[in-house]
Parts: sequence; C-alpha cells; structure tokens
Amino acid sequence: MSDTQTLTKADIAAAVARTLGFSKIQCADLVDRVFEMMKETLEKGEEVKISSLGRFQVRQKRARRGRNPQTGEAIEISARKVVTFKASPVLRHAMEKSNGSS
Amino acid sequence: MLKSELIKRLAQEAKGISHEDVETLVKTVFQTMTDALCQHHRIEIRGFGSFSAKKRKARTAHNPKTGINLMVPEKWVPFFTAGKELKERANHA
Repeated sequence: MSDTQTLTKADIAAAVARTLGFSKIQCADLVDRVFEMMKETLEKGEEVKISSLGRFQVRQKRARRGRNPQTGEAIEISARKVVTFKASPVLRHAMEKSNGSS
Repeated sequence: MLKSELIKRLAQEAKGISHEDVETLVKTVFQTMTDALCQHHRIEIRGFGSFSAKKRKARTAHNPKTGINLMVPEKWVPFFTAGKELKERANHA
C-alpha cells in the first residue's frame, strides 16, 4: 500500500492486476466499474448485498429538527435518502479473529 | 443485487473480458478490502465512501435470562461512511 494505513482504489487495482495479469490502467478502469455499478444500483434504491462484506441499503429519513452544535441555532433537517452499511457476519468474524497483523 | 448479479451485470457490459475474469475481478476487490479491514486499515474509495475499523473495549456483559455475567473481550468492528458522490446520487433518485 502506498500509505501503510489506507487502502485506496489504486491499491485494489494493483491487487487485481496481480491476479488477472492485465495492465494497471485497465485494472483501475475495471475497479472503477465495480464501484460505479454499485452506485448505479443504490441510486435506483436497490440494495447491494456482498456476502463477504455486508449489505448497502438506501433508507428514507424523515425531516427532523436539528441544532447547529457550534451556535446552538435550531435548524430544519430536510427529509432525505441515506446509504447505510451493515457488515456481514463473515466480515465481523474475520475481523474479530484477526489481531491487526496479517 | 447480490454479488453474483453484480458479476453478471458487469460481464454483460464489459466487452472482451470473460465472465470468469469478471468473477475474479469482483472477488479480488472484496477480498482486498476484507484483508485491509482485518489489518485495521482504513479504505478510501473516492466517490463511493470510506471504511474504517473501530476498536470496541472489553466489557462485562450480563445475560438477563440466566443472570450470568460474562467477559466480552476487546474487538474490532467495521464502519462505513458514504462518500459525497454516493450521498448525492442516492438522495437525488
């Protein structure tokens, strides 16, 4: 990884290039398409379920009264759709078993 | 949409790449992400979102049915925050 703490799309593309043997440029484009396809699906309101990772879902939020924590000013937070993620048991267990090194 | 459908849809739109390679592609993407989270690294996918691993302290839990107290060891849990583009696109639709 370029930065030891953060995995980026470039790192994922490099991993794909190693397994598939395609060029890095092509792999970067392919990885982009994977995430683009997930975004398109969520945009339509459809959920995305990846067994090894978890479930991405679009949820409707009602309008509510909020407060600016800095000024204390009351404001209206409009109704909106948000994307939520729930980790799959597979990922949870894998993370529990790991000790941070590999 | 399940992972299998994601593979199918990507294979349909990707010209010149076999279904098998698309399958390897998708699996490698998610495996790389899982491995990173297991090492407690952050993941940042511009436009999609970021994942992080957060530490949960060890605690004593209590089973209300049996009244037994038990130790829950320290553990790491994954978190996701949607990126700007995904937030806007999901809300706009």
